[in-house]
Amino acid sequence: MSIEQALQGVKVIDLAWALTGPIATKCLADFGATVVKVESSAKLDICRVSGPYHGGKPDIDTPPHFLFYNTSKYSMALNLKHPKGLLVLKKLIRWADVMVESFTPKVLEKWGLEYKALKCINPNIIVIRASVQGQEGPQAQAVSYGPILTGLAGFYSTVGWPDRLPSTTGEPYTDWVAPWYVAAATLAALDYRKRTGKGQQIDLSQLEAAASFLSPAILDYVINGRIKGREGNRCSYAAPHGAYRCQGHDRWCVIAVTSDDEWEAFCNVIGNSEWTRNAEFATLEARKKNEDELNKLVEEWTSSFSAEEVMNLMQAAGIPAGVVENSRDLVEDHQLNHRGFLVRLNHQKIGPNALHESLSFRLSKTPHQLRAAPTLGRDTEYVCSELLGMPTEEFIELFNEGVFK
Amino acid sequence: MSTENQMALAPYRVLDLTDKNGWMAGKMLGDLGADVIKIEKPGGDPDRKIGPFYHDISDPEKSLLWFAYNTSKRGITLDITTVEGADIFKKLAKKAHFIIESFRPGYLSELYLGYSEISNFNPGIIMTSITPFGQTGPYKNFKASDIVSLAMGGVMYHMGDPDRPPVRFSVEQTYAQAGAQAVVGTLIAHYYRLRTGNGQHVDVSMQEAIAFVAYMSPAYWELEKDVFLRAGAKMFRGRDLPMRQIIYPCKDGYVCWQFLTSVQGDKTKALVDLMDSHGMAPEFLKEVDFMSLNFEDVRQEDLEKWEEPIARFFLMHTRETLGQEAKKRGILLFPINDIKDIVKSPQLSFRQFWQTVEHPEIGASITYPGICWHSNESTPRIGCRAPLVGEHNEHIYIDELGLSKDDLDSLSRKGII
Repeated sequence: MSIEQALQGVKVIDLAWALTGPIATKCLADFGATVVKVESSAKLDICRVSGPYHGGKPDIDTPPHFLFYNTSKYSMALNLKHPKGLLVLKKLIRWADVMVESFTPKVLEKWGLEYKALKCINPNIIVIRASVQGQEGPQAQAVSYGPILTGLAGFYSTVGWPDRLPSTTGEPYTDWVAPWYVAAATLAALDYRKRTGKGQQIDLSQLEAAASFLSPAILDYVINGRIKGREGNRCSYAAPHGAYRCQGHDRWCVIAVTSDDEWEAFCNVIGNSEWTRNAEFATLEARKKNEDELNKLVEEWTSSFSAEEVMNLMQAAGIPAGVVENSRDLVEDHQLNHRGFLVRLNHQKIGPNALHESLSFRLSKTPHQLRAAPTLGRDTEYVCSELLGMPTEEFIELFNEGVFK
Repeated sequence: MSTENQMALAPYRVLDLTDKNGWMAGKMLGDLGADVIKIEKPGGDPDRKIGPFYHDISDPEKSLLWFAYNTSKRGITLDITTVEGADIFKKLAKKAHFIIESFRPGYLSELYLGYSEISNFNPGIIMTSITPFGQTGPYKNFKASDIVSLAMGGVMYHMGDPDRPPVRFSVEQTYAQAGAQAVVGTLIAHYYRLRTGNGQHVDVSMQEAIAFVAYMSPAYWELEKDVFLRAGAKMFRGRDLPMRQIIYPCKDGYVCWQFLTSVQGDKTKALVDLMDSHGMAPEFLKEVDFMSLNFEDVRQEDLEKWEEPIARFFLMHTRETLGQEAKKRGILLFPINDIKDIVKSPQLSFRQFWQTVEHPEIGASITYPGICWHSNESTPRIGCRAPLVGEHNEHIYIDELGLSKDDLDSLSRKGII
């Protein structure tokens, strides 16, 4: 049974490593684009060598780090240090509509693949260069990666408690900001090309993408001179607002009361205890003034319930509230299961229940069609013979010379 | 063709019905050149009350959250819950390419303005619906707020100090995440429409948007029955690996540095050599052969013993000094920036990332973050500041839809506009 796919026929070379580029091309692959990930065992994508691993032991084909962000792609093993490796890459470039890379600037140039050269091979190619800080500038050559960039972009300084060190974000957060811009730029460029016939080269900066997600704070500094710091769980327009301890080990429920109606409903839910009628909690302004005391009193109530109970009681009364979900909660979450966010796919090495992830958007007519992430080099022969039309003798010769490693 | 039309999405009209959950989507499309019409109820979107504000003047026309996420949009007012308002909306929808909305699931359908109704007379329409949990499912009617979305998406749990509650981003991220991810889904649907003429409905869940950000968190449970933990200024890498500190205070702020081993052990040695040149490297630290160490074999107590003199060293130097030495000696050390540092970044100004946007009615030219990419063909730029309430009512209703000034006044008196 074939369901039509939105990006059927779109051909993408994915030269990117780690997270930003691969997440962007995952969006394309899951919706039907033919995405060829060019890899080499000589220089493994870091996501293939970081645990945890299916089966418990290190294996370049089994880490969720790789599986989650490389669904539905083809993997071609190509040794770009071999002189004929570049020849094969050029064949791919001729084939492709889009090429995505996130190298330090000048790497493509070193291979003789600056935009002018790419256009000679494929005049209408769309090239997305998603470097960390842009192709040029005083910091363009600075080596960087997710956790560092997240600090450079200003995020750590706005996470945590005012009386403590800044906190890390868990994930290298900028790797979940830049890909949306990479994907959007790619799709906009595809639209542009459909209308005008012209390709383009896009020079994107992951750091700038990340800064875009701090726009309100940037404006607050530019206009009001305020530097946004760490505010714990405070919110200028809501109180109670925070994470409140519930029964069990490290179990929390967040509650956000913004309007007067929500405050009234909140008081009802917690049984209209006397303290809720105190003048010091009557208005948002008053509650903000007495927020420490307020939070202590709220937590006295939540501590007698499970996080799920708090969430359900509050939600039944129309108050935003939610369990602070941990890894287990995510896997067992009813809503995420309903949506099919986590998927178990048939993986060549792992078997039929290999955990992968889908995306947050569902298209009604052209739903995503997820396939398991590829083992390294699984599709080299397919790409060469079916996509590039390479004769078998040529493939065998190149294979024997060690080009496909 | 003028340069305007060369912008990537210039030929397309977007009707933007969103509240703050979806503002970012219309902004991104508008910044890429689309003609975005922000439709607010008469009086303006209630979320305009959220600060901070321009010069701290609490005014719905001065919300910096509104400014930040509504660039490149024109603005009209319209009460779509009225019969006349709904009719006007349908007239606009007939010629639109995209509709973005963030009402609760089913709300637009109740007004006969949902995807199935609109697609009846405009089969090419792409409607993108952004909601906290999605259009269907057990939580579809749950209310959310930034902290709720972040919590139920699993990201909040692993942020903050272990001995305190999980903590959220102080600059709210869930709206931007939902909007940006919605744009990707919307443009994927758009490409399908380019090929076939068919529109469709794009259903975006903020919880899922955040769950996707939660990295390998679900895998820790699935594979190891373990939970990805928060570690404050350290990095949690799974229960079998020691936790390295990564955020260190220095004399004038914070720096980012991690203890590295095996193939990258030379970078750690380079730092110890630097410390030694200042007489600040204890013997026990100098004796460690970082390159032969396997990170999995390092014990937490040893790691902390080695990190301690390093932390003391950082405390005595400025970010600039440490940064310069790091560059010279191949140490992977980087500054941790705050908002001011971002604004003053020489790299960002070299790239002309900042764009001046005019706000004539407050007599200000404000520096905004621009668009994060350049193109040799059509580099996107912010088109204009966020609209005032009903700013373009005359442009749209009179100039475009052909209503008269009297019609407009009458609609306004009836509260429809």
